[in-house]
Amino acid sequence: MQCQKCHDHEAAVHYTQVVNGQKKEVHLCEQCAHEEGYMNFTNESLSLHHFLTNMFPFDQAVNQQPKEQVQRNQVMTCEGCGLTYAQFRRKGKFGCSQCYETFDSYLNPIFKRVHSGNTEHVGKIPKRIGGQLHKRKEIDQLKKELQQLIEDENFEEAAHIRDRIRTLNQEIDESNKGGDA
Amino acid sequence: MSLQDFINDAISPWMNNEGNDSDIVLSTRIRLARNLEQVPFPTSQDQESQQKVLQHVEQEFNEQSYESFKQFQLVKIGELEPIEKRVLVEKHLISPNLAENTETGAVLISENEQASIMVNEEDHLRIQLYYPGFELSEALQQAQKLDDWFEERTRYAFDEHKGYLTSCPTNVGTGLRASIMMHLPALTITNQMNQIVPEINKLGLVVRGIYGEGSEALGQLYQISNQMTLGKSEEDIVEDLKSVVKQVIESERKAREWIMQQSGIQLEDRIFRSYGVLAHSRIIESKEAAKCLSDVRLGIDIGLIKNVSKNILNELMVLTQPGFLQHYAKKSLHPNERDWFRANLIRERLQLEQYKN
Repeated sequence: MQCQKCHDHEAAVHYTQVVNGQKKEVHLCEQCAHEEGYMNFTNESLSLHHFLTNMFPFDQAVNQQPKEQVQRNQVMTCEGCGLTYAQFRRKGKFGCSQCYETFDSYLNPIFKRVHSGNTEHVGKIPKRIGGQLHKRKEIDQLKKELQQLIEDENFEEAAHIRDRIRTLNQEIDESNKGGDA
Repeated sequence: MSLQDFINDAISPWMNNEGNDSDIVLSTRIRLARNLEQVPFPTSQDQESQQKVLQHVEQEFNEQSYESFKQFQLVKIGELEPIEKRVLVEKHLISPNLAENTETGAVLISENEQASIMVNEEDHLRIQLYYPGFELSEALQQAQKLDDWFEERTRYAFDEHKGYLTSCPTNVGTGLRASIMMHLPALTITNQMNQIVPEINKLGLVVRGIYGEGSEALGQLYQISNQMTLGKSEEDIVEDLKSVVKQVIESERKAREWIMQQSGIQLEDRIFRSYGVLAHSRIIESKEAAKCLSDVRLGIDIGLIKNVSKNILNELMVLTQPGFLQHYAKKSLHPNERDWFRANLIRERLQLEQYKN
């Protein structure tokens, strides 16, 4: 039997899909099957893939939504790498860090199931970001103080606090510029 | 190549040291998954960005040293022969998945082969560290330092809430997978593993056989590792794993004592039969070899077999895999030929022990 796609090679992968009661048979050579994504999993990722797709609440979430919304979600695409929501659903893998923002509203139920109910990181923080985190928290604190000082009409002290916030913001900007790759 | 040279080639230098609880724990592994900021993950199949990552690693880290990890060498998958790739997989220095990435896959290996950093596997960087025996705290500490060294010259993809961003949702957060490789013959013989495994799973840890498919653990070797990476600090992940492993070690020791008391002569018989098979067979399948090696190692650990080095299980489990056999034979072997070669190799290896004494 010839490969249905390239018609060059002998078909090596035979796949039967049942969609809405309609049986569809697919016969492809190994290379085309790879390209079509029928063979894109090794042993380990096969089990992991099944494990993930079974636990992803996609279908459930999708079924509960009005049709229009479902269609919109299916074409939801990550600007960072072009991964669509449907592809993410199929592969169970992100394409880039931006995917985390793009598909954000769907991710917490997944993280909860994989990580025993957790959705927040509590471990190591890179040194570069660690310093910034502290600075940002200090800025938040200072802003509250600033508000209070303005209400109390203590403008002299408020000016000091404002300058301190400015300095911290500049430091964050600078450390964002430094370093490469 | 002489057998001794071949063994030296096959056994990573770090494996020759003896670690804590080495009668039961063979090795400790720490793995950190890391990605570079603003570069699509390798899963996106974007060749250009993967090349960029590879170049960055080559420029910054090739032939560099960091503390006890000397002379990192960058090995590109595309430049390896199929057997060489298989050998790296069998030594657990690269994953089967990375071995398939001939375009942009690479691995940075330290001189003592204790640290290996896979480049363009599922994530840009997979920092792996091996220790002999039960050494979780030390391994984590060193892995964190190595990670800091990488971070000095690399901007990682990190999110305040989600931690280190990885291509698979199962690794996000710490990106940490801590694994302990254990030899548990007595718990297996006494059928206790069937009860222990579900108990360990309930604690959020995963148990799997190291060699062999599915649930069957070849050579009674099991790997216990954490599953959760989000919502728990690295130290807590390691501490929790440590306390479970300690309990398993205790249970295995008790089970060994129990068998010795209850059926010492049967156990002794089993161990020496296996020794006989290894010492005299002319054809041996990997499954039988693994079983016999496990018995002999148990015999060494409980003092029944003397004058054979402890490392024989670790060593021969690596050496008798198809990649290494073919590397030793210097040609590709048909499965039947492999069984014949395997038997030869094991016999020669045991003879080597006799000459030592």
